Amino acid sequence: MGQTISEKILARASGKERVKPGDIVTCKVDMAMMHDSSGPRVAGRRLDEIGVPVWDMDRLVVITDHYVGYDTDESRAIQELCDDWCKSHGVKHYIRQEGICHIVLPQHGHVKPGTFCVGADSHSTTAGAFGAFMVGIGATEMTGVLATGEIWVRVPENVRMEVTGALKPGVAAKDVILKICGDHGIMGFGYQVVEFSGDGVAAMSAQDRMTLTNMAAEIGAKTGIIAPDAKTAALLAEWGVPGVNPDDWQSDPDAGYVKRLTVDGDALAPQVAAPHSPENADDVTAYRNVKLGQAYLGACTGAKLEDLRMAAEVVKGRKVASGTRFLVAPSSVRMREQAAKEGTLKILEDAGAQILQSGCGGCIGLGAARLDDGMTGISSTNRNFVGRAGPAGTKLYLASPYTVAASAIAGEIADPRDML
Amino acid sequence: MIQKGKAWKFGANIDTDLIAPIQALKREKPEEGYVHCLQDVDPDFAKNCRTGDIFVAEENLGIGSSREWAPHYLRLCGIRLLLAKSYARIFYRNCFNLALPALVCAETHRISAGDELEVDPLKGEVRNLTKGESYTCDTVPEHLMRIVADGGLLEHLKKKFKKAS
Ligand code: SF4
Repeated sequence: MGQTISEKILARASGKERVKPGDIVTCKVDMAMMHDSSGPRVAGRRLDEIGVPVWDMDRLVVITDHYVGYDTDESRAIQELCDDWCKSHGVKHYIRQEGICHIVLPQHGHVKPGTFCVGADSHSTTAGAFGAFMVGIGATEMTGVLATGEIWVRVPENVRMEVTGALKPGVAAKDVILKICGDHGIMGFGYQVVEFSGDGVAAMSAQDRMTLTNMAAEIGAKTGIIAPDAKTAALLAEWGVPGVNPDDWQSDPDAGYVKRLTVDGDALAPQVAAPHSPENADDVTAYRNVKLGQAYLGACTGAKLEDLRMAAEVVKGRKVASGTRFLVAPSSVRMREQAAKEGTLKILEDAGAQILQSGCGGCIGLGAARLDDGMTGISSTNRNFVGRAGPAGTKLYLASPYTVAASAIAGEIADPRDML
Repeated sequence: MIQKGKAWKFGANIDTDLIAPIQALKREKPEEGYVHCLQDVDPDFAKNCRTGDIFVAEENLGIGSSREWAPHYLRLCGIRLLLAKSYARIFYRNCFNLALPALVCAETHRISAGDELEVDPLKGEVRNLTKGESYTCDTVPEHLMRIVADGGLLEHLKKKFKKAS
């Protein structure tokens, strides 16, 4: 029997000919990423406590994104600690305030197909869109990686999730993954790796695919992965990794999957997940007339350049409803610059959007996009658990950039297909 | 490694945002933030939890953010062992790394808040002294119990590097 791309990567990383689900193997880490919240102030301090150096500075990337741009003593102290630790330890790849880690990481050329990577953040699964096997780990576990360059892994089962057909205008990767959340639940694929494939995925842009693997974290998966193709190679080349040959990292035709599932891309309507779980997803039409105080385009999930373009397509020539604030925090500084240059940002601003600094911000209830007490919001982020984006009394709906933009215009949850 | 203590009982899908809310993490000394632990579910939990108490939940314990403050706060509150029907994978690993054994027990619905429990993680036995019942739980992989026995991954690594030098 052949092997999946994930099994090939884990076999290589653990120095074995092949691995099978259930094997517990020790893998060498090709790249480790940590941010200002979990990194130096937790994992870094603990490494110092052990008293050993970072195993390989070429393989460590530190990114600040969680506590950036909030003028509070706590945030400043966290940033200073991060700066000091990176400086005193000679961190080679330290990326400060350039945007959200899961976007900045590939955008700065640190994600390569076929690599085994770890990140001290649950959405580290995002890198799977480039054919890397990347998992989220906790901070102490990161300490172990920093010290040894290794980690134990239980080889997961593989699920093949095929998106058939082509998505209709106004429907995006976010709708596909919300649909999967709704159908299978937030622990639907506990400890499995979900490999996304099919015509629907092939037709998506390489950037939009990142939304699928990002939210693999919301279906309980160990990670999500997508075999690279020519689009992946082109985007990676643009982001500093030239010469990727997609043929090197494909699942074998006779590889073993525990389940083969399909999402009907042709029939998919825009999805909205009601409070307080991504699994409360349903067609947008089920949630019409929900009045909104805020619409937020942000996070590693939903404010990439292409997400901003989707929103601009909807709001072009329209105005945000009075009584609703429309906040946009582009996922990275580079993407914000690109959006400014091509005019996308102007379209959003002309419609009444307020552009915020790039960082986690509203996704974790920090900064200007924190929901006011009692407020109902819609957002292109990935989680709507109680108390995540604002006080416990707030309500948050999750949707695609198209739907968030359409809802900002309508002042209530709206179907973007009516505005395109 | 038998753990005896009073049960705190929670339902399904207790996520890490609830266990370690963002207000708590923002503190300069986040370790003090445990007072906010689970405040949106049970405002008295952090105040009334005692050292040695046992945390009992149903499915999907620890879903969401990878923040390790979640098991850390449970420990700071006094919790010394977890029983749940299933766990989110990062949270599960984090628990063992912080010397907090997380046991998979299919019968947690039979446990009520305040029950006195006695748990033997090596044998996979849960005795409910209040109700006079006993349940089984999955045994834990040996390499994880070694980490717990050393007092968590950090102490485990310290020991390892000391041996090596
Ligand atoms: S934007 Fe949200 S989900 Fe993404 S890394 Fe930041 S906090 Fe996590």
